[in-house]
Amino acid sequence: MTPDLDCLDLTRRFGDHTAVDHVNFSVAPGTFFSILGPSGCGKTTIMRMIAGFLEPSSGDIRIRGASVLDTPPNKRPVNMVFQHLALFPMMSIAENIGYGLRRRGMAKAEIARKVDEALERIGLPGIGNRKVTELSGGQKQRVAIARCMVLEPDVLLLDEPLGALDLKLREHMKVELKALQAAFDTTFVYITHDQSEALVMSDQIAVMNNGRFEQVGTGQDLYYRPETPFVAGFIGEANRWRGRVERTEGDELRLRTESGLEMRGAAHGRALQAGDRVEVFVRPESIRIAGDAAALAGFDNVLEGAVSNILFNGAASRALVTDDAGEEIEVTLPQSGEFSDLKRGDRVHVGWSGAQGNAFAVTA
Amino acid sequence: MSSANRIGFVLLLTPLVLWLGLLIIIPHIDMFLVSIRERVGRGVYETSAAQYLTFINEPLYIWTFVRTAVMSVLATALTLLIAFPVSYYIAKMARGRLQQVLFMLCLIPFYVSELVRTFGWMILLRETGLVSNLLQWAGLADQPVEMLYNDAAIMIGLVYTSMLFMVVPLVTTLESLDDSVVEAGYDLGGNGLSVLREIVIPHAMPGIVAGCIVVFMLSLGNYLTPTMLGGKDSLWFTEMIYNQFIVRFNWELGAAFGFMLLLLSSLIVWGVLKLTGRTLQETLG
Repeated sequence: MTPDLDCLDLTRRFGDHTAVDHVNFSVAPGTFFSILGPSGCGKTTIMRMIAGFLEPSSGDIRIRGASVLDTPPNKRPVNMVFQHLALFPMMSIAENIGYGLRRRGMAKAEIARKVDEALERIGLPGIGNRKVTELSGGQKQRVAIARCMVLEPDVLLLDEPLGALDLKLREHMKVELKALQAAFDTTFVYITHDQSEALVMSDQIAVMNNGRFEQVGTGQDLYYRPETPFVAGFIGEANRWRGRVERTEGDELRLRTESGLEMRGAAHGRALQAGDRVEVFVRPESIRIAGDAAALAGFDNVLEGAVSNILFNGAASRALVTDDAGEEIEVTLPQSGEFSDLKRGDRVHVGWSGAQGNAFAVTA
Repeated sequence: MSSANRIGFVLLLTPLVLWLGLLIIIPHIDMFLVSIRERVGRGVYETSAAQYLTFINEPLYIWTFVRTAVMSVLATALTLLIAFPVSYYIAKMARGRLQQVLFMLCLIPFYVSELVRTFGWMILLRETGLVSNLLQWAGLADQPVEMLYNDAAIMIGLVYTSMLFMVVPLVTTLESLDDSVVEAGYDLGGNGLSVLREIVIPHAMPGIVAGCIVVFMLSLGNYLTPTMLGGKDSLWFTEMIYNQFIVRFNWELGAAFGFMLLLLSSLIVWGVLKLTGRTLQETLG
């Protein structure tokens, strides 16, 4: 099956700065594809190139197999939901949704029918005569998507459309966007800096940094099997230590951190040898906390220390544990109640299995 | 309202009330009273519509009146046509320093008095002027060309004088147009013309209406430009008012003329607002 969208060696330079650096990816039909990265990583540049507002310095963009480089933005079979939605404030909701159809020269009755159908589909029937300013943030969001979807684009581009919403609504819209994508059965390319948005909604996620794709995969791939230190640090939370490999036993590693802490880690297939400088990532949620060492017998990394701080955040509450060497470790607190009376200064034991210690060679 | 608040309110309002009362309302009432009286003998006046009848029954007055209105509307339309692309460039395409410089360039001519600016045009356009000499030198004319004292010269002067008053409101409204709204217009299949018609112009409408009203009023009430560039036969209505008051000492007729002009400008502004479906309140912010 031809991918809906293909980017081949896509590059864009602004003066000396390379915003997008030889990026390759393809998106299969009906996929929810996200590009996730910190601000300034080049993700918006990619999107603007696909939409046609920017020309690539080199490389090719293909939609359903055909290059669109010579097609102006108003003729490309892609549509875009803008960051601040960019609904036309001078038009009613129905006029907004019908805008693209009018531009195609469709008959009035046909447009009215399609607009009603689209409003029905986004669950807002009968609001066609309202003004843009009369809608709530979530409703505007849906109208912006409907405005694109009536045109039946091959690919829908979404540029951080949830950024302007408040937290509760954003959580709700994540689920809704995913449902809309399934309902319209269209390929979505979604840009965000918010990993939770990407993880919850996407079939495929590309993590982008400094103009390059670090890793492309499902949310589970990125979370459990990060391939680069950037991905390991960017997706989810992680304790991060720098150190040196002392010994390798197959995939298992013996490491010593710069502060002298000894631990086990795993290379997960990466070529690491004794003496290599490495960076180790351990997720706070894969570390177990216990009152006595016996409960942690199954783990090959066990430490004792004192609670130096408690970061209460509901279900995601953490404790900072300082071990006797002075190393600080972030540990997720289980919400089963046994640690509800934990306080600063308490002596605790923490442990994690060596396989959870994801080690990467330090290149610089 | 507490008494301290009330004192503040009164103090802030006083200059406005004085301004409106002394300079606008009282003179206008007086002018109206002058316009509806007729001199029947030495120092004896009677209330009558004679002045207005004179105006209606004299074709030259009516002709000048209509001509002034049409020329002002034309000058407003021309100013809008020229100022819109300029404003769009300043507001949407120029960036950073260039934007400020271009805006300053529009403003700088207004550092000089209108009289001097109009003289500038006379230097360019008169028979022995720059343009005439240039045409002769280039061989396009074999004798001096007089370009002053015609309607085109008046129009040039009016448009030139009004430009800034159109550019400022247009730049302000166009700047508030989000770039992504324009991009969305293209993204959804619009071309340059339809984006201009359906998105840019509707958005700029408050600025267009405000600019047009100001430019129209300025043109209609302009005395200097038509007189200097159009010569003594320019047939501009303000000139007639001036003549009645200063040359003929016929204050009664002059006042009636003044009131006709006020009526005309109010009518046209009202018409434009009705036509564009706006209220004066919206337009003035």
